[in-house]
Amino acid sequence: MFEISIQLFAVARDLAGCKTVTLTLPEGATVAMLREKLYAQVPALVPLAESMQIAVDQEYAIDETLLTAAQEVALIPPVSGG
Amino acid sequence: MLALIQLIESPIDPAAVLESVAAGEAGAVLLFVGTTRGHTLGRKTASLDYTTYRPMAVKEIEKLASQAAEQWPLLAIAITHRLGHLEVGEASVAIAVSAPHRGEAFTAGQWLIDTLKEQVPIWKKENWADGQSDWVHPGLTTPNGPPQTGSERVE
Repeated sequence: MFEISIQLFAVARDLAGCKTVTLTLPEGATVAMLREKLYAQVPALVPLAESMQIAVDQEYAIDETLLTAAQEVALIPPVSGG
Repeated sequence: MLALIQLIESPIDPAAVLESVAAGEAGAVLLFVGTTRGHTLGRKTASLDYTTYRPMAVKEIEKLASQAAEQWPLLAIAITHRLGHLEVGEASVAIAVSAPHRGEAFTAGQWLIDTLKEQVPIWKKENWADGQSDWVHPGLTTPNGPPQTGSERVE
């Protein structure tokens, strides 16, 4: 098992009421598992689930992306820069 | 191929962004400035706030510049995005490109702003004149606002 810290931004930060969420994941966990655990631990984020992208080490990730300890993870809601 | 990328908390100087892509071989130098509107879908805006996941935003903008340089024969690219609190009418983003000919300058310039708006982790919050605030998340239905349609992003 390892701990991973997820950075939240924009509406996700507002809904969760915090800037980061820490999860415990099993070895071999994927981004898909992270999503499941995150929404179970922070139900306030569930309404955003379908629109959230996950970034791992500052790159957009897919559900199959494998996770390890010491990676930087962030929840990316639909962007609105420019 | 020079690419100058900046995320700043102070007002954008469009003339400086334009100047930074000057090149002797350029037949065309193009500047796009994105400004902040006073109204969106009938609601009056008092001010805006921009936040970012900074390290990833820088990487994503660098990727865009790299991809643009591969697709078009550009001489230089400059992209400056403003962050923090903005009053209505202030510039939120400036993109400048220089190229031998105007065709590629126009095309690359448009592609850069269009793609920046889709990919770069920067978020805008509208502070409405009526006192409410909403994060802008195209395609998302949030508990405190109406469903956000793609048409909100049409300029």
